[in-house]
Amino acid sequence: MARVTAGVATSHVPAIGAAVDLGKTDEPYWKPVFAGYEFSKNWIANEKPDVIFLVYNDHATAFGLENTPTFAIGCADEYEIADEGWGARPIPVVKGAAGLAWHVRQAVIQDDFDLTTVNEMKVDHGLTVPLTLMFGQPEVWPCLVIPFAVNVIVYPPPSGQRCYLLGKSIRNAIDSYDEDLNVQVWGTGGMSHQLQGPRAGLINQEFDKKFLDDLVGNPQVLAKIPHIDYMREAGSEGIELVMWLIMRGALDDDVNEIHRHYHVPASNTAVGHIILENKQ
Amino acid sequence: MALDKPYKDIPGTTVFDSDMARAGYHVNQFCMTLMKKENRQQFRADERAYVDQWPMTEEQKQAVLDRDYNKLLKLGANVYYFSKLFFTDKMSFQKAASLMTGMSEEEYLAMMVGGGRSPEGNRYVGEKNDG
Repeated sequence: MARVTAGVATSHVPAIGAAVDLGKTDEPYWKPVFAGYEFSKNWIANEKPDVIFLVYNDHATAFGLENTPTFAIGCADEYEIADEGWGARPIPVVKGAAGLAWHVRQAVIQDDFDLTTVNEMKVDHGLTVPLTLMFGQPEVWPCLVIPFAVNVIVYPPPSGQRCYLLGKSIRNAIDSYDEDLNVQVWGTGGMSHQLQGPRAGLINQEFDKKFLDDLVGNPQVLAKIPHIDYMREAGSEGIELVMWLIMRGALDDDVNEIHRHYHVPASNTAVGHIILENKQ
Repeated sequence: MALDKPYKDIPGTTVFDSDMARAGYHVNQFCMTLMKKENRQQFRADERAYVDQWPMTEEQKQAVLDRDYNKLLKLGANVYYFSKLFFTDKMSFQKAASLMTGMSEEEYLAMMVGGGRSPEGNRYVGEKNDG
């Protein structure tokens, strides 16, 4: 049977991808950002997941205003890397886990979460920067990926509670898949940041650190945070953190914290990263 | 009955809600076209002719041509959409953000390296460090 072994949360700042692609990771500005992922790269090399169920948001790349699904699951065999305005990142194409994706799609919709099914989609930095942070610069990505896109751009995003419960439904769906697969669920985006208007640059370290603490042992409390609190306290784009709750919902209630990293800034954003493992 | 918009009193922030998304539909969809190299080339060659292909308001078109990002926000453009515009200009997200704050890029960078803009005084319109 397929099994969810671990969850990973990480920010997905586009400038991080550019720093890797342009060979700037040893520069003093970037070094502390990447230092916090050294452990993670070694850890995942040992864990060797077969599939990453990767929760992220599309940044007006595959989904513009012509079509804005709240939750979209990628069921294809392959996803091209998007050109977001400066040319596509020079990284391998992303290979999908179509069998598991179609299975999860059917199970989760039957469990009352109305997902949009996507087969033609380019993936942007929201999905690719986490892969780069965790795997570096391989010739091919070492595992399959199920892209799971959440609308956090056209207000309102789904609530934290909805995301947390959806995570549980995704977990049940993965658990019921017959193939023997080591599956990780990743939640990406955040932490506190605001990219727009005169308040751009807002960072709330206290909020972020409490969020990381509660993500480990108190996720039900996080699931109750209303949108207005994210926007006021963690910046208008800090609301992306609801996506971390999908990851957390897909894990056991009781988890081991394996690794944590927090650094300000990467471009306009507070970088947060945590690895959680199920105990069994 | 009008929708509750509790976010209206967050300083210096435009929430991309239904009203904004509706108002900004065409300007945002114009931005999406800049994800293609040939469109970026066409836009650069004659910006006015390129924006005229879209049923935007004149005010929206002018804000695009002026690269007035705060104006674009007020007119319904969203930063993830018009990031395609400043990426076309080879401008970083950090530089674009600094322009929206009215700070120089150096001042903005220093603020970020120093831990970012504090939420203290920046939660509600009318507080001391308002926007």
